[in-house]
Amino acid sequence: MPKATGAGENGLGWGLRAWVAVVVLLLLAPTLVVIPMSFSASATFAFPPRNWSLRWYEQFFTSDAWMSSLVTSLEVGLLVAALATVLGVAAAFALDRGRFVGRGAIRTLAMAPMIMPGIVVAVAIYAVFLRWHLTGTVTGFVLAHTTLAIPFVITSVTTSLAGYDRTVETAAASLGANPATTFRRITLPLVLPGVASGFAFAFVTSLDEVVIALFLQTPNVRTLPVQMYDSITLQIDPTIAAASSLMVVATTLVLLIPQLLRRRRSTS
Amino acid sequence: MAAGTAGARRATGRALVGWFALPATAVLLVFFCYPLITIVWRSFSDPTLGFGNYLSLLHDGTSVRVLWRTLYTAMLVAVCTLVIAYPYAYAMTRMGPRGRGIMTLLVLLPFWTSLMARNFAWYLLEQRGGVVEKLLAAIGINGVELLGSVAGVAVAMVQVMLPYMVLPLYSSMNSIDRRLLDAATSLGAPWPRAFRKVYLPLSLPGVLSGFSLVFIMSLGFYITPSLLGSPQQALVSQVIGIRVNNLLDFGGAGALGAVLLVVTLLVLALVNRLARPAAALSQAVDRA
Repeated sequence: MPKATGAGENGLGWGLRAWVAVVVLLLLAPTLVVIPMSFSASATFAFPPRNWSLRWYEQFFTSDAWMSSLVTSLEVGLLVAALATVLGVAAAFALDRGRFVGRGAIRTLAMAPMIMPGIVVAVAIYAVFLRWHLTGTVTGFVLAHTTLAIPFVITSVTTSLAGYDRTVETAAASLGANPATTFRRITLPLVLPGVASGFAFAFVTSLDEVVIALFLQTPNVRTLPVQMYDSITLQIDPTIAAASSLMVVATTLVLLIPQLLRRRRSTS
Repeated sequence: MAAGTAGARRATGRALVGWFALPATAVLLVFFCYPLITIVWRSFSDPTLGFGNYLSLLHDGTSVRVLWRTLYTAMLVAVCTLVIAYPYAYAMTRMGPRGRGIMTLLVLLPFWTSLMARNFAWYLLEQRGGVVEKLLAAIGINGVELLGSVAGVAVAMVQVMLPYMVLPLYSSMNSIDRRLLDAATSLGAPWPRAFRKVYLPLSLPGVLSGFSLVFIMSLGFYITPSLLGSPQQALVSQVIGIRVNNLLDFGGAGALGAVLLVVTLLVLALVNRLARPAAALSQAVDRA
């Protein structure tokens, strides 16, 4: 590990700088190849493309299969975000303020979906959902994705709950506000940024989820990542390059918006 | 109002607010825990009660090899990400707030970028006649076929897993008091020695969090192996996928899954005292 070069009192040594530059390149550059690929004119995955066109974007926006998978993904994503936010915010309040038996166990349970092996969770949910007739249904997708999204909402809200001064609530109460008013006028505005980023995290978690979706899909109900997966494995369909480019741009925006909002809030 | 009743009300409030955890707990128990318990149970009961599925794993000639290959690959990926990420996370702690913000964002962008898009990108790069092959040929290395090999899967997985290593590492390094390092050097320890004796041990909780997180996630990673790997060099996740999709063999898939779960729980139990990987990750993601 080239670390000894960072010996300077201030700033980084040139070795460390170079290392950082290489890591940044490794983090970002590989993904960017999907963008030139999406403007290819050829019907293969040959990279770099020789001729250019917009045909794969046209294909993406006009094909029934791609559009319906996009609509399903957005529908599932929004429902997951709403459901996970409600459940996660309530749980975060309980874990932060409640004193009850099993609090530690619930905290562990709430984090478990983040860390259990993805394929095992997917196959387990698939086996149970087959019996419950939830495969190939939006309900099935929403329930499965919600379990994965809850941890993100809980952490995000817990952080904003931990970061604020409880005495403002006591002050509101002592000035005559009832608990409902205190919650609405004081607590809610203070945790709102955490709730908003929890919502966004939940949405992206669902939008991006492939493994469970691959098992729960049917030809009629499938999400965008599943359609993308099939376009590599079942057919060679460069529309995936257009879809990938759009996803890269979209997720970047979804990520940046709450960041910017939070930054503005913290500076104001 | 007497102080006593206010205190009593707060105590009841604390008991009541606990019930708010009930809906989320119920959803997780029914749609997350119950399926996991069921699949493990089926590994002992489907098609017949007993250890049949596990015995056939031992004797079918491939499963054991696949399991070792998976453990080896996950270990390799975790080691590589650690080596790549450690200096980056260290550099983050040496930056001002602005620099840290930018470096965090650079890690979070791939973290949240579509997994399918990133895997497709690696598929493009590693395909026959692709960019990686041309680059390697340019420096005189010919005949390397990444697509369809464990090496190709590992390379892509390292890139995909990098954020999961950087974030917990940074989280832990950020709390190290750098003056300890200055103290060591001012007492005459050369920089590398001070680093090894002082900084490295202090950063160990972060190393363990990141390492165990990447190791565990790599064990159960499905998309990268199934897109970039091949059945000839399969990892456990591919075999589980094939057994379920093609054979509806939930018992056999469950047995392989149970092995992964046991390894996961063992790793978590080992590092639990020093580091809590999931919590470290989620905090790191959120703080950013």
